[in-house]
Formats: sequence, C-alpha cells, structure tokens
Amino acid sequence: MSGGYAIQIQNVEKKFGEHVVLQNVNLDIKPGEFIAIVGKSGCGKSTLLRLITDLEESDSGSIRVMDGERETKKEGVKFLFQEARLLPWKKVWKNIALVSPDQSREAAVKALHAVGLEDKADAWPETLSGGQKQRVSLARALSSDPKVLLLDEPLGALDALTRIEMQILIEELWRENGLTVILVTHDVGEAVYLADRVVLIEEGGITMDERITLGRPRERDSDFAYFEDRILNRVLGRDSVPEKKIEFMI
Amino acid sequence: MNKKKISDSHLVGWLLPVIALLLWAVWGVCSSGNTGFLPTIPEVWSGFLRILKDGTLVENIKISTYRGMKGLLFGGLIGLGLGVLNGISQKADRLLNNTIQMIRNVPYLAMMPLILVWFGIGEETKTILIAIGTFFPIYLNTYSGIRMIDGKLIEMARNYGIKNKDLYLHVIFPGALPSILVGLKQSIGRMWVILIVAEEIASKSGIGYMITNAREFMLMDIIVVGLLLYAILGSVSDGVIIWLEKRLCRWEYLAERRS
Repeated sequence: MSGGYAIQIQNVEKKFGEHVVLQNVNLDIKPGEFIAIVGKSGCGKSTLLRLITDLEESDSGSIRVMDGERETKKEGVKFLFQEARLLPWKKVWKNIALVSPDQSREAAVKALHAVGLEDKADAWPETLSGGQKQRVSLARALSSDPKVLLLDEPLGALDALTRIEMQILIEELWRENGLTVILVTHDVGEAVYLADRVVLIEEGGITMDERITLGRPRERDSDFAYFEDRILNRVLGRDSVPEKKIEFMI
Repeated sequence: MNKKKISDSHLVGWLLPVIALLLWAVWGVCSSGNTGFLPTIPEVWSGFLRILKDGTLVENIKISTYRGMKGLLFGGLIGLGLGVLNGISQKADRLLNNTIQMIRNVPYLAMMPLILVWFGIGEETKTILIAIGTFFPIYLNTYSGIRMIDGKLIEMARNYGIKNKDLYLHVIFPGALPSILVGLKQSIGRMWVILIVAEEIASKSGIGYMITNAREFMLMDIIVVGLLLYAILGSVSDGVIIWLEKRLCRWEYLAERRS
C-alpha cells in the first residue's frame, strides 16, 4: 500500500448562519503523519474534519489533498465516525466488501483478521458489541484503500478497556499501512498516546501545535505525563505549564 | 417444568376460532337445522363438496385471485415507484404529494360509480378499483420508509463512494424494505375487500359473484363457504408476507430483540 496523502489547509473559514465556527485556520499535514486535534466540545474540531472530506463545504480558504506534488481528489479520504454506521441489513463481511475495491469475501475476511474479528464475518452487525462494531467499522475503512483516515472521536462511546485495545490497534494499523491519520478527540491522553502532533482548536482557531517527541510504542510514564499536563492545562486555560526541557524526553 | 403454558404457545391464537366452531356445531345439533338462519356444519360441508366437484369453486378462486393479483401488481408498482420518487426527490414530492393526499381522501369505493360508467362491468373496472385501493398503503409506507432511513448511513455511504445505483440497491432500498412490506400487507388486506365489493356488484364470476348469486337463491351454505374462503385466503396472504418479512428482513428481528 502506498503512503498517505498530504493535506494543506489554508485560511479556512466556516460559518453556520451568523455563527463563525472556524476562521483563519492554517494547517499543514505531512504524508503519513498522525495528527490529533483536541479542544472543548463545540470548538469546531469536528467541523474541520468534515471540511476535509466533502461532508461540509468551507465558506472561504482552501483545503487541498496532495498526492506527492499533485493535488488529488478527496476519494482517498475516508471517515471513521463516532458511531460504527454499519448497514444493519448486511452481514459483517458484506459491509466491508461493499466498499473494498475488489468486493471479495477474501479481502473482507483479511480486513477482519487485521482487527481480530475474522470469526464474525457471517454475523449480523446487531449481534456485535459496541467495541466489535467499531472494529468492523475500522476494518471497513482500511479495506476501502484509504490514503487519509479521519477519525471523529471513534472511541468516544466505548468503555475504558475497549478504548485501550482500540488505541493499540489503531496505532498498529497506522504503522503498517503508512496512512495519514487525523484524529479528533476530547481525550488529551489518547491524543498524546497516538499522535505525532497535537493541535488545539479554541474558539474556531488553532491556538497550540505541539509535536509529541516520545518514542513508540508509548509508555504512560513521566514524559508522557509532561505532554499530557502541558496540553491539558492549555485546554483548561490554567497557567501552570510545567517547565521542562524537551531534550529529556527523547 | 416441561409443561409449556398454553398462553405462550402459538396455538393460543386458534383458541377462539375453535370455540366458535364448537358453538356452531352445538347450535346445529340443538336446533336440528331447518331454521334458515344459519346452515349447520354438515350442510356447509356438503355445499362445499358440491361446488368443489362441479368445479365452480376452484374456478372462482382462480379468477378472484388472478383479479386481485393483477390489480395489486398495478397499484403496488405505481405506489412503489411514486413512493421511491417522492421519498428521494424533494422536487417531485412538492409537485405530487399534495395531489396524492387529496385523492387519498376520496374513499376508493366511492369512485366505483364513475369507473362503472367509464368502463362498464368488465375486467378493467375491477383492476382499476383494486389498483387504486392498493396503491395508497404501498405508496405511503414506501415514502415514509425512505424518509426514515438514517441520514448518518447515507452520509457514510457518500464518504465511502457508494453512489447512484449502488446507493439505492445497498442502502436506500434495503433500509425501506421493512416499511414497504408493511405497506404490502395493508394493500393485500384492502385488495380482498375491494375484490368482494367489485365482484358482488359488477361481475359474472369470482367468489364475490358466487356469494351474491347464492343470496339470490337463498343458498345459505354457499354464502358461508364463500365467507370462510375469504377468511382463509386473507390468512394465507398474511402468512406469505410474514414469511417474506422473516426471510428478507432478518436483521430487523435482531434489532428488535436487542432493543
């Protein structure tokens, strides 16, 4: 599988009626980068994600998806929603085959294998647990040959243990496939655990862009806590950003 | 423990019909027939055998079923088509829905005199009446079935490049199918009602005609056979739809059981 696309977001503005949701947003995302966007609810982070696909249109500015030096269509940009959004009238493997390039059962089962659910190929989506559904949804996203994967709080509705499992799985799959991933989350710990870069959106604009210089796979140690605290304090508007030199981190 | 409660069994639905049958039998024995009020079970049975042997029963069932299905086919297909069209297209909905709702408010049997004048008592009259009557349940249920499909699924489909034919085939139609089948069930119920009326008034054959004709000659046994026949045909067609629902919409039963 080829590497991910780059995304260039320039001066993007979005209004809903009179209400300005996003303004003057600039963000450069490299191919294969894992970016997390955090922020309080209603800050516009999900809207930004929807603008990157064509689910919403921006009022001004540009969002360009780049395949190397060339601008490309947004077809390789796939969304993973907060709810699994499986078609309840299709068995698990058919849900996946529907969006995969060759539509075969083999490819679907292979994708299910990657998320550890190959034995559920013939199950109906309604018989799965929330975590299983979300894993099927992830398998579906991966088998649709994505270059960019947009994750809109896909783990928000899952219990704590399932979340951790899914985070590990997402990181593994990202590393294997070399995709560009943009994760929207309100969980700063999740963002620091997964992302190369954490971007904070406040009142419609980017107010922080932090590179997470921790090695992978990440341990939840004191260095991890440093980044988590730093970003969390910023999100919550607290001043006490701990001073610590970046050199210690790596 | 292995004694299953009768109230939990499917058979419990047959309790009242069986009691009614028993009461009828007892009444037959006590009144020793000849009242002209209601024929006894043996009388109805022999009436049944009589028209079975001379072939009129089978002939009439055939013609009635054929008529019903023909009208249902027209009404159903038009209802399905318009329901899909108006369910998907706002423009078509604005143009057509008001007119359809106005026509819906006219009782379909009230259109009979007009249709009789236009088409006489031929087959067209019955087909048209049944088509009109069966159109609405299918139209309304298809329309609302499509309107009620989860917009989030459509959004997902769009993002994953499922469009045009595939969108209808894999997302919209299957999503609306349970509702369409509810419409079909209601339409079939109406089909039998209209069939009876149409055949009693404007026909020389069919179960409705058989009953009307029997009334002319006070053949009470045949009247009762005809009525029982309607009950059976209605149940059979209901059963077919339930079978279809179970086959085509198994996922929906799962969803219900879970919630």
